[in-house]
Amino acid sequence: MSFPLVLLVGLLFSAAAYLMLDRNFVRYLFGLVLLGTAANLVLFVAGRLTPAEPAIVPPGLEAPDDRIANALPQALILTAIVISFALLAFALVLAVRAARDLGTADTDAMRHAEPPPGEGDPEEAL
Amino acid sequence: MSEPGVLLVLPILVPLAAGALLLVLRERRTAARVVSVAGLVGLLGSAVVLLRAVLEGGILATTLGGWPAPFGITLAADTFSAMLVLVNGVLGLAIGVYALGDVDDATRRLGFAPYFHVLLAGISGAFLTGDLFNLYVWFEVMLIATFGLLVSRPGRAQTDGAVKYVAINLVATTALLVGIGLLYGLTGTLNLADLHGKVARIESGALRDAVAVLLLLAFAVKAALFPLFFWLPASYHTTSVSASAIFAGMLTKVGAYAMFRLLTLVFPQTPGLAIAPLLAVAMLTMVSGVLGAASQTGIRRILSFHIVSQLGYIVLGLALYTRLALTGAVFYLMHHILVKANLFLVGGLIRRAGGSFVLADLGGLYRRAPLLAVLFLVPAGSLAGFPPLSGFWAKLLLILASLEAGQYLAATVALVVGFLTIYSMAKIWIAAFWKPAPHAPPPPAPPAVRALTIAPVAVLAAITVVLGLWPQPFLAVAERAADELLDSTAYVEAVLGKAAR
Repeated sequence: MSFPLVLLVGLLFSAAAYLMLDRNFVRYLFGLVLLGTAANLVLFVAGRLTPAEPAIVPPGLEAPDDRIANALPQALILTAIVISFALLAFALVLAVRAARDLGTADTDAMRHAEPPPGEGDPEEAL
Repeated sequence: MSEPGVLLVLPILVPLAAGALLLVLRERRTAARVVSVAGLVGLLGSAVVLLRAVLEGGILATTLGGWPAPFGITLAADTFSAMLVLVNGVLGLAIGVYALGDVDDATRRLGFAPYFHVLLAGISGAFLTGDLFNLYVWFEVMLIATFGLLVSRPGRAQTDGAVKYVAINLVATTALLVGIGLLYGLTGTLNLADLHGKVARIESGALRDAVAVLLLLAFAVKAALFPLFFWLPASYHTTSVSASAIFAGMLTKVGAYAMFRLLTLVFPQTPGLAIAPLLAVAMLTMVSGVLGAASQTGIRRILSFHIVSQLGYIVLGLALYTRLALTGAVFYLMHHILVKANLFLVGGLIRRAGGSFVLADLGGLYRRAPLLAVLFLVPAGSLAGFPPLSGFWAKLLLILASLEAGQYLAATVALVVGFLTIYSMAKIWIAAFWKPAPHAPPPPAPPAVRALTIAPVAVLAAITVVLGLWPQPFLAVAERAADELLDSTAYVEAVLGKAAR
């Protein structure tokens, strides 16, 4: 059960790295989405994949029987998904603002905070 | 919840509550000011009580929600944590007061105060948590707050700086998350104290070291170590002075703190991993930071590169891994946070008095603003390591520790970098204070703004002088923190109970 997921994680990491090497900031963010997904799958596989019941105490019992799945990785992934969703939403808005303010999504052309020598000091404008 | 529980939760809860209130009070200026200062005083007060409790009663620990450790989320404070929470409180209050005078209306409306308080809560949380995943969550809280602060001023340079900051930091937190996942897969726990015992039982040394390196890599980005520091000088100078001061003071230091925790508590049996590579990283960080600073012409960019170089010293203390070195590193952290944040605040005062951050546009401030000259000289001299200021003792301890450990190259690098730091500080001093002013000065700020911005700078400078003239009690605390870092028994017992060992 783990092996195909491990392959998938590898695939996602490579695709993420490929996208994140792009100069286009939007493609970089797409790479980041894949990277986050790969990380979540790592958490999932690391928690061991077993055929098991949901971690819910059945009616009439004090404790769940011993076939339940490990709920902790799921809780961790859920937290990570929520957080990365919020951060990604921010990053996408930032990309829109960059496109509007700087007129480009090309990260090589973004030299406003650190202009090349001779083109003024960025702190002048502040 | 027990009494240690309350002590441990308050430094997180107070700024969080203040942040939430401030979000509601965005349009009510006077009420927001009162809540902000009250929250910061509350944070400082709770930090003082926490440190006193730790110094008197040893390491404190509690678990949230009533689940026993290692199942519940643990909060724990040893001397190192409690001391850093106190520094966070001092800095928070100083910068919060400065911001009352400094932050303009546009930045205020975009939510400077709520982000600032949430950032302080995130920093306290990162220092106090005893759980690796919880540490990740606090890092994310800090991250989202810093994002808000970075974009709370409109402008092209601001947007550009934010893009770089966001891009690299999101990768770092993902690396942290992967490392956490793998460590959980190897040990079945994420409680730091529990990991202390269980990491030792990992059979494959290669797997253990790979996970350690991945986690250290994530924290090295956060701590802006060579060669992962480029985001820092690209973004810190683009935000408001108050925001850049708290960034400069605390953010990278939380990354450094996490490295200390990780290498002393979770992976103490891999000193080989720490010493050779970390020593090289420390030296390269010192050198590249100080050389970067030498090439810059804007005050905040010079200071940003110096954050990088100073972190090299702190990591040097960790890499040497002796009692003296760790004492020096802990003292260095304490001194550096206060001095560096203060220098950014002074940079803001120079900007107000001289109209610019750029050295070429400044001048004549020694004659026009002698008080400002003194307020610059104290932290600048301390950063460069002039006796009897705090930086002198911090550097002295680390250089002694390098010599004691036989690392003569590290000692030489530390000395040379200290010398080059003097060069940078002298460059600012000569350009801003001594040379004649190229332009007519801007009109002076209103007296209320002057009072609010100068008072915190003066207080931080006074603390630097006290740390320098009367270092013994602070060194004693640092020594105790170093002892606790070197011997994790007490920490593990405080979290898991005596039966655990």
